[in-house]
Amino acid sequence: MADGATPVLDVRGLKTVFRTRGGEVHAVNGVSFHLDPGELLGVVGESGSGKSVTMMSLIGLLPSPPADVRGGTVMLGGRDLLRIGADDLRDVRGAKVGFVFQDPMTSLNPVFTVGNQIMEPLIRHMGMTKQQAEVRAAELLSLVGIPDAKKRLKSYPHQFSGGMRQRVMIAIALACDPDVLIADEPTTALDVTIQAQILELVKDLRQKLGMAIVWITHDLGVIAGIADRVMVMYGGQVVEQAPVRELFSNPQHPYTRALLKTIPSLTGAREDRLQVIQGQPPILAGEPTACPFRARCAHVFDRCHAENPQRRALDGRPVGRGHDVACHWTAEARDA
Amino acid sequence: MLDATAALRPLVQVRDLKMYFPIYSGLLRRHTGDVKAVDGVSFDILPGETLGLVGESGCGKSTVGRALLRLYEITGGTVVVNGTDIASLDSEALRRARPQMQMVFQDPQASLNPRMSLADIIGEPLREHTDWDASRKLARVYELMDAVGLNRRFANRFPHEFSGGQRQRIGIARALALNPRFIVCDEPIAALDVSIQAQVVNLLEDLQDQFGLTYLFISHDLSMVRHIADRVAVMYLGRIAELSPRDALYARPLHPYAEALLSAVPEPDPTLARARQRIVLQGDVPSPANPPKGCNFCTRCPKVFDLCREVKPELAEVEPGRFVACHLFANTSVAGSTGASDATEQTQQGVPR
Repeated sequence: MADGATPVLDVRGLKTVFRTRGGEVHAVNGVSFHLDPGELLGVVGESGSGKSVTMMSLIGLLPSPPADVRGGTVMLGGRDLLRIGADDLRDVRGAKVGFVFQDPMTSLNPVFTVGNQIMEPLIRHMGMTKQQAEVRAAELLSLVGIPDAKKRLKSYPHQFSGGMRQRVMIAIALACDPDVLIADEPTTALDVTIQAQILELVKDLRQKLGMAIVWITHDLGVIAGIADRVMVMYGGQVVEQAPVRELFSNPQHPYTRALLKTIPSLTGAREDRLQVIQGQPPILAGEPTACPFRARCAHVFDRCHAENPQRRALDGRPVGRGHDVACHWTAEARDA
Repeated sequence: MLDATAALRPLVQVRDLKMYFPIYSGLLRRHTGDVKAVDGVSFDILPGETLGLVGESGCGKSTVGRALLRLYEITGGTVVVNGTDIASLDSEALRRARPQMQMVFQDPQASLNPRMSLADIIGEPLREHTDWDASRKLARVYELMDAVGLNRRFANRFPHEFSGGQRQRIGIARALALNPRFIVCDEPIAALDVSIQAQVVNLLEDLQDQFGLTYLFISHDLSMVRHIADRVAVMYLGRIAELSPRDALYARPLHPYAEALLSAVPEPDPTLARARQRIVLQGDVPSPANPPKGCNFCTRCPKVFDLCREVKPELAEVEPGRFVACHLFANTSVAGSTGASDATEQTQQGVPR
């Protein structure tokens, strides 16, 4: 996690556009981030902020058309994932990058046994025989805390509860020992007590396996508990990025500040009224030419309408390595 | 809060509410069992109060909300709203009773007819329950749109043209149309983004002040319930585990399930979050078709002992105003009338069998 470590994943200037009948939607606008070995990067944002689309663009999971990944580089293991062929990319998915989706109900195939689905990547990517894969699959199931793993391999997804299905999804994502695990709102569909179980599991697995994780969520509480570093997204852009404690104790972007205030606390003083961010998230038609948050920002001024702010480091370290923010107001306040 | 309102008669009195959904199986589709979604729930809601109803999915909280408005034919128990037993009304009388109790649904997408304009949707209850002429109805629709913060120009637009937060405002306006006294809010913010949730919750609170509304606020979001509710009922597997005033519950939950549930909520402060000892419950919620013998939480309870597996604990007042269904508190039960409001005590403990 120290400065200068070689990142396992390095994304620069990623741009994704959807071509729809109503015109182009610029869902991801020049997103850059890196992931160090063993690190857990939290990605926070509301629906439509581009957090899922960013991650799916990385490994070519978006159907094209309508999606069009227009620019940027995604370096993983010395290769640019945006410039390799479909077959190579298929080898990367599953083997190098594991993906856990939000809804464990729809992301497992209902007509195959769970064992079958865990064994598939083992046979496909690791060249295991069926017998070897079966042994490994049972190991994986017990690793993610499913009791009686060997017998459960023969069960179908509908025979598992939501939390158990998410454990199976994690087992599949971990099957080939990936360098990077991307978890897209993996606990959003689960109840809080089950969510707590999954969070404990992930913390435990991180210690055991030491892989790097990208954790997408809209729940700042989840992020506070598990992330090392946080990236806040809004309108398809990264608006703020900082180590987790720094972000929560010293948020700079007006959106981050407002977002932290809108969640009522479970333990602190109870406020009479909730803080509100007025208005709606932007519709991302066309190339961004101004700050995406300008319509809802309490500190908006002329420059925000004229120019899209770039990320700027606040602590002298390079952008992405310390605390950085994309905001004219913060920049001018600091310069003044 | 409780003391100040103790003299008031509850607006809603629920006694031993049961809602079973039959299971038919086999070749002859014989009735072979029941999903006991709600199994003996009793509580009161005072006028102007917000009762929070929390629990995990499948615990029966939404079923309680729907049964209260008799959107289901309930299996047993009574639901008295404003002096009328809703559970035993015939359909015509029920129809006449409907205007006083309304519902705001979870999914604003699914609960609005996509082919009706906003004015039609908000005006539909008026068409059904009043004989007003068109201009009077339209005036009322405008009034409602103002109240929930929707621009009057939108009256002829359709639901798909609105965002999630705005759609929820439409649903709220429709619920308000007939001047109800009691509104069941069934996860009204669950489908909305964080920044929009606060807008809707503030709106609900404003409307409560403005129109003197009484809410049953059903949610799985414990921090939001802490914000909006006066008292909170925690449900587990069809029964109430704990019913307490808000501040007491959040400061010191008594029932082991309430304790675990609160400790499972992620804390949005990295330092606190990492320092905190979380109670992680093992296993999943048992099926309500086949609940465990004894206490329904006995399969996951960290403090379980033998009695829990044998005898079902009743909801009893263990501290003034606090009701807990747990054997751990059996001896500390408040036997007399020590400081508790008479109304609440009678109604909560003297559950007619």
